[in-house]
Amino acid sequence: MKKFLAMFMALAMMLSLAACGGSSSTTEESTSTETSAAVETEATEESEAAEETEATEESEAAEADGEVADSITLWTYPIGNWGDESTVNELIAAFTEETGISVTVEYLDYTNGDDKVNTAITAGNAPDVIMEGPERLVANWGAQGYMVDLSDIMDETDQEEIYESVLSACVSEDGSIYEYPLVMTAHCMAINYDAFVAAGADQYVDLETHTWTTEDFQNAVAALYDYYGSTVGAVYCAGQGGDQGTRALVNNLFGGTFTNDEHTAYTWDDAENIEALELLYNMEGIDFDASIVGGDEIALFYQGTLKMAFCWNIAQQLDPNGAGTGSGLTISGETIEFMSFPSETGESELCGGIWGFGIFDNGDDAKIAAAKLFIQYMCDSENTVSAIQAANYFAVRDTVEDGSVDISDIWADNEIMQEYQVLMQYLGDYYQVTTGWAQARTSWWTMLQEIGAGGDVTEMVMQYMAEANEAAG
Amino acid sequence: MKIASPRTRAYKVVCIIILIILAIFFMFPLYWIITGAFKTSQEIYAASPVWWPSEWTLNNFVKLFEKRSAPLFQIGSLAGPTVPAAIRWLVNTVFMAVVAMLLTCITAAMAGYALAKKCFVGRALLFSLIICAMALPKQVILIPLLKEMSALNLYDTLWAVIFPTVGWPFGVFLMKQFSEGIPGEILEAARVDGAGEVRTFATIVMPMVKPGIGALAIFTFINSWNDYFMQLVMLSSNANFTISLGIATLQGETTTDTGLLMAGAALAAVPIIIVFLIFQKYFTQGITMGAVKG
Amino acid sequence: MAKPKSSMSRTLARRETISAYLFLLPSLLFFVGFVIIPMVICIINSLTDASMYTKGLGNFVGLSNFIRLWQDSTFLGALKNTFIIVVVSVPVVCLFSLWVSSAIYKLKGPILSTFRCIFYLPVVTGSVAVTVVWKWMYNNYTGVFNYVLKSLGIIDQNINWLGDSRYALGCIILILLTTSVGQPIVLYVSALGNVDQSLVEAAQVDGATNLQVFWRIKWPQMMPTTLYILVITTINSFQCFALIQLLTSGGSGTNTVMYYIYYTAFKLTEQSGHFGYANAMGVMLAIFIGLLSALQFKLAEEK
Repeated sequence: MKKFLAMFMALAMMLSLAACGGSSSTTEESTSTETSAAVETEATEESEAAEETEATEESEAAEADGEVADSITLWTYPIGNWGDESTVNELIAAFTEETGISVTVEYLDYTNGDDKVNTAITAGNAPDVIMEGPERLVANWGAQGYMVDLSDIMDETDQEEIYESVLSACVSEDGSIYEYPLVMTAHCMAINYDAFVAAGADQYVDLETHTWTTEDFQNAVAALYDYYGSTVGAVYCAGQGGDQGTRALVNNLFGGTFTNDEHTAYTWDDAENIEALELLYNMEGIDFDASIVGGDEIALFYQGTLKMAFCWNIAQQLDPNGAGTGSGLTISGETIEFMSFPSETGESELCGGIWGFGIFDNGDDAKIAAAKLFIQYMCDSENTVSAIQAANYFAVRDTVEDGSVDISDIWADNEIMQEYQVLMQYLGDYYQVTTGWAQARTSWWTMLQEIGAGGDVTEMVMQYMAEANEAAG
Repeated sequence: MKIASPRTRAYKVVCIIILIILAIFFMFPLYWIITGAFKTSQEIYAASPVWWPSEWTLNNFVKLFEKRSAPLFQIGSLAGPTVPAAIRWLVNTVFMAVVAMLLTCITAAMAGYALAKKCFVGRALLFSLIICAMALPKQVILIPLLKEMSALNLYDTLWAVIFPTVGWPFGVFLMKQFSEGIPGEILEAARVDGAGEVRTFATIVMPMVKPGIGALAIFTFINSWNDYFMQLVMLSSNANFTISLGIATLQGETTTDTGLLMAGAALAAVPIIIVFLIFQKYFTQGITMGAVKG
Repeated sequence: MAKPKSSMSRTLARRETISAYLFLLPSLLFFVGFVIIPMVICIINSLTDASMYTKGLGNFVGLSNFIRLWQDSTFLGALKNTFIIVVVSVPVVCLFSLWVSSAIYKLKGPILSTFRCIFYLPVVTGSVAVTVVWKWMYNNYTGVFNYVLKSLGIIDQNINWLGDSRYALGCIILILLTTSVGQPIVLYVSALGNVDQSLVEAAQVDGATNLQVFWRIKWPQMMPTTLYILVITTINSFQCFALIQLLTSGGSGTNTVMYYIYYTAFKLTEQSGHFGYANAMGVMLAIFIGLLSALQFKLAEEK
């Protein structure tokens, strides 16, 4: 009974502690009441002194960056292992220990995630910190004025450290920085190498450079289709998520472009893209599938149904698949090789992926200050290494913390990461920040659906690109 | 009875065969969920379907339970022990369905009685409003409702899902139809005896509309268990998810994991099916009652 | 004499009204609070250009949202699909459940209740669970439908059920049917059991065929049940949001107004966040549904 009482008291104290918001002087006072009067005065004096020093410290801090909230919310999309609860919990726990700021994490998915954020914004309940790429944080929510400018935590040294192409993607038209980038990659495609060998298509791929030409690709698909007699690759177009794969495939086949260099208009109606779309549509073994999204395509590829996947990148290559047969393997243990998208010369322009953090402006300066601490902790400190490794992608800079910490070799002992470097040189322009991007990606996959349903390619391209350009203004 | 002619007998045999095929067709999704939940990835994606798992693996459930975690319950600042989120989703769903059911039954029984047995100003108007609002999908009032919930500080709580369910006037309509059957003389007699309104309602009306309340309870429970839309819009944090919403979010991961989805679906479906089978008799009775009067 | 009486009846009427509203109060609180008020806001909002990005109520734009609706081909397509779903599923559910009920209602108790249970299963399985398993069954590559149909020789090539706009809407209606017939079957079975047997026997003595007995005697007696089923099936077929969202996201020609409202409001596209426009769609849908309900109840009153 006594034990129970003691536990109850302890619990009550903990609760009151929590209620007091961790102000240490109050607890000191309340515990000291039990002691004798003489000691009590002493204690009060002491606690007052403590209070004073604390107060001065606080006011100093206040001068520097105002009040800091003790809890924030973080919403993250499944970016590498940033979608994995135990990994994220470890990172968060370390952060909380150092700063005393607790972080509540919610995990978004690519089907409902965007709607969820939009719903939360409407309900005035947007998260404090969100992790995603510039196409959402900068081109969408940032452009609409929901995000906080992060210029003050990204000083000149930081801006020099971060690769220029990455940085420019994170800066909005008016010069505000709406995303603090953490990681990047080049999106690629993957092949089931064992199936290629079986069908005699392995002669068309070069595993040294991981590249192939348009002709190689056509021959390989033909060989695979001859051998298996069924669909070997799917142009998935059921919806958002993984659209970069279909774009990169179409753009690279004959060297078309998606937007102009200034990122002001969409240009996917050039002859090269139309030729590519027509080629894909008429290719036996390639199917336009309006019933699957990128995630379904990867699942079918893992299953061995599809012999190639267009929605691939290094994180997938490293990810042990759902069946647990290990990374770089299908569920029946066949070898997966990552490949560049085919192009006429073999040297493609790969579509980049950038992920980082942004802060929603909820009008609470204390939360924003805490969120900024969080971002600095994850992106610009010695802890950046583990934050990057959790994402399974490449760093966006060589050094952090004013050049004092070198993070350029964090993947030195990871062979696959090293091998993947050969593709990183083909990383193309990050055009996903073009105005009207949200509309463009929707128009793009609706267009693919229509083409797959037998619509005239040129007509569909014109119609849907016009829709996208209208949004681009 | 007359002796059945060969033609009617043939018709009967055909009927039975068709019925059996239909029964298989109707049971198949459930069968597929349950076996799918215990299949290995290899069997799930086998080129020709595996009708019966060769080995029953718990892997999918392990994955489901390890995926997310949440406190078992949360009342104010008091949080329960951390459990797999799927368990919390079940707890939430039960809480939501039961509360919605209780609130609906109580409010609808009272309102139905008043609508059926009382003459009052605005009765016709109210009844036509109820009729019109009955078939209204919640999508229509989606945006105002979301803003309202946010203004009431109910966004991301289960109440935001429960209240619109209670507000849905089908229950009132059903209870009105039931209460029509109460003989006016009995109410008159009670009034002459000096029974107050509350006593009349509690001792005379309630017992007479009991079957109706049963029907409504079942209807509301199943409806709110099955509802998905309001949950999708109103709930944003993992710890407040219901099981339906939880499974739906499993669908949008980087790779679609069918085994995991089936494990989630099994977890959502099996408890309510067991409840259904146990109370099957009351279910059918309740549903039938609802219609005979309705 | 007349005067006091009328004033007494007036006080009585007033008391009746007050007590009636006291009984109605808890229900009205929810009904008005979470249905009527949002509906009123929805109507007001549909006349403005309010959006996610503008603070406050937005500007009054008259009926321009409604005019835009009739020029929006996506909306018209969605409206068409919504009608197809209702027009197909309501009668089919009624006829199907009527046939099943008449085939099973004379069976022995346990067999009857087994059948009833089986047809009720999809209702209790839960919409999301049902949807994910059907999605797998319809799958182009690993789905069980393609496998069975191919084995039976009915098709010789895999059909992309949900990806092909020729089939997708039909596939969704099929799922809707399986989740809708449970309750009507239970209802019809009991209605058939309650048909006045003396009338049936009298007709049979007069030499009426089974079909005649059914249409002349049983059908009229089951009319109230049928109307009730019509009402709940109509309600049900407007609630198919989960099916659309989880199976096709409105693609492959399966968009419905219900989904399009959600899409316009919250999906991350250029049209998204246009609350005024989305609310105009809602009002339009509400008008259609109101008319449909009114029609149904007019029908019910005539009978």
